[in-house]
Amino acid sequence: MGKIIINRERCKACAFCASVCPKKLIFFSQEVNSQGFYPVEIRTEDECTGCALCAETCPDVAIEVWR
Amino acid sequence: MEKRLFLRGNHALAIGAIKAGCRFYFGYPITPQNDIPEFFSKQMVKVEGCFIQAESEVASINMILGASAAGARAMTSSSSPGLSLMQEGLSYLAGSELPAVVVNINRSGPGLGGISASQGDYFQATRGGGHGDYRTLVLAPSSVQEMHDLTLLAFDLADKYRNPVIILADAVLGQIQETMVDRPYQPLELPPKDWILAGASGRDPRLIKSLYLKEGEMERHNWKLFEKYQRMKREDVRHENYLEEEAELIIVSFGTAARVAKSAIRLARAEGLKVGLFRPITLFPFPEKALFDLSQRVKRFLTIEMNTGQMVEDVKLSVARDADVHFYGHAPGSPPAPEELLNALKKVY
Amino acid sequence: MKQVFKRPRSLKDVSFHFCPGCHHGTIHRLVAEAIDYYDLRERTIGVAGVGCSVFVYEYFDIDVAEAPHGRAPAVATGLKRALPDRIVFTYQGDGDLASIGMSEIVHTANRGENLTVIFVNNTVYGMTGGQMAPTTLLGQPTTTSPYGRDFLQNGYPIRMAEMIATLEGTSFCARVALNTPANLMKAKKTVRRAFEMQMNNMGFSFVELLASCPTNWGMNPLKANERVEKELIPYFPLGTFKERKGTDHQ
Repeated sequence: MGKIIINRERCKACAFCASVCPKKLIFFSQEVNSQGFYPVEIRTEDECTGCALCAETCPDVAIEVWR
Repeated sequence: MEKRLFLRGNHALAIGAIKAGCRFYFGYPITPQNDIPEFFSKQMVKVEGCFIQAESEVASINMILGASAAGARAMTSSSSPGLSLMQEGLSYLAGSELPAVVVNINRSGPGLGGISASQGDYFQATRGGGHGDYRTLVLAPSSVQEMHDLTLLAFDLADKYRNPVIILADAVLGQIQETMVDRPYQPLELPPKDWILAGASGRDPRLIKSLYLKEGEMERHNWKLFEKYQRMKREDVRHENYLEEEAELIIVSFGTAARVAKSAIRLARAEGLKVGLFRPITLFPFPEKALFDLSQRVKRFLTIEMNTGQMVEDVKLSVARDADVHFYGHAPGSPPAPEELLNALKKVY
Repeated sequence: MKQVFKRPRSLKDVSFHFCPGCHHGTIHRLVAEAIDYYDLRERTIGVAGVGCSVFVYEYFDIDVAEAPHGRAPAVATGLKRALPDRIVFTYQGDGDLASIGMSEIVHTANRGENLTVIFVNNTVYGMTGGQMAPTTLLGQPTTTSPYGRDFLQNGYPIRMAEMIATLEGTSFCARVALNTPANLMKAKKTVRRAFEMQMNNMGFSFVELLASCPTNWGMNPLKANERVEKELIPYFPLGTFKERKGTDHQ
């Protein structure tokens, strides 16, 4: 059981987090952020294990993780 | 009784630096200044200071940047080609507003030139030398005593203005041996160093930098530096007058050339010629006001330099419009003889 | 639930200017995490190189000095000699360290200065717009090697970590990558180890981090990570090239 919070304004949509999520829970949002990127968001949140791979790979330190 | 020492200029300078609390010397060998790093390599150990023979002058000046950012008094010395290599670092020091003392025992150039005394680096020293709109304070000693005394002053001025100070001497001043009074160091009252890097403990982090990218920042920084240079002109201009009263011809000369000029003036006086000397001690800021005042009374000037004509431009800019400025240049080789200068001054007297 | 991942204290809470997928952000975080791990924030001084690295002072919540291009190791030498009980590190790119600053890095390592060098090798000049670096791979096109780097014209890419490891003054020298979670975890430990060496007065520590530059490589961030695996790592092998035990040279 885990939880992530994505800072959508810091996200630059590199997709590293989505590519490493073992549960494939991270997708691009349909709405741009203030930087002009389509930031990532987590869907089906209750399946998140809080493994933190997404946060570890995020170059913009835009993800926080609880477990 | 004051203590008197008989020693060479380069050693007088180094003794002054240690007296002024300089504990960090970084340098690279080049003639004719090698007795300075050699002196420090021996003496720094005794005062728990740091001597590094750097891999290049480029590294030396940047080691100073680091030590100075940490709040330490740091210096280097070199000769002309080495100073060329340091210009990048000098520009960064000026832009980052860091104190430093840099000694140039001027040899001849351009290029590898030669190891004989020269004043060919006047422009390089007084015009900034590196890129960007900046100046360095330039002190020009003319005796072993001044090699010592102006070094004490150089460290204070560097701290006062947070700016590099150049001591511009030459091979003659470095190697000549004279008697010197071993004066104690009486520091100026200086502002606290509330900008140094030491780790952000109990305070906000500090930056030492010269990069300004935000709109208007660079312009503000340049004008701030300009104000500093104006303050130098108000508060720290130095020169010496010699027999200038009732003179009809004033010789303007600095450093080694001024020493020889004094001998030539004595010869001229013995022949009844009314000749005096105006010797700038700070080359930047140049003593333009004092020279202008003198030119209200005396209308004939002869600038003598050991180059083909550099300081003469500052002399022309300083004097009253109705004053005549002549030039006599003794380009590098051996220094001029007094008789040579006597002949030169007779031609314009 | 307990928070298991958050922004390190030593990083300011601001956005990076780096391009999407650029590993500089990751490297900033790893360094900040190491500083936090050993509780060094209040006694660490960073020295920024020139290039994309220069904005170290915008992101780290620590004292920082900016060095002229390539001169960070000399500046760090002056700082560390003046403040031997502080932690000093440089943060330099490949143009800064392996081209214009080759002399300073070699001699600083050779003197065994007790400081840490973070070397970001992304095989290209980033800030200036993608010119050829000393680490640009053979065949790699850049804006100044538009037909691909050719050894007859430009020589070979320089392997810095191997070179630095040959110097007696070096105490710790390693190369890591950030393109996969596994590599990233190794990188995290390695960066930490480099700072630990300095804390223990072991002398010069050097970490080369293979990084991607998606913008100047002309590929998306995921493809850039693949390039690190397929092209960079085979030429720039990962590993620890030197690790001195004890204080046998000091």
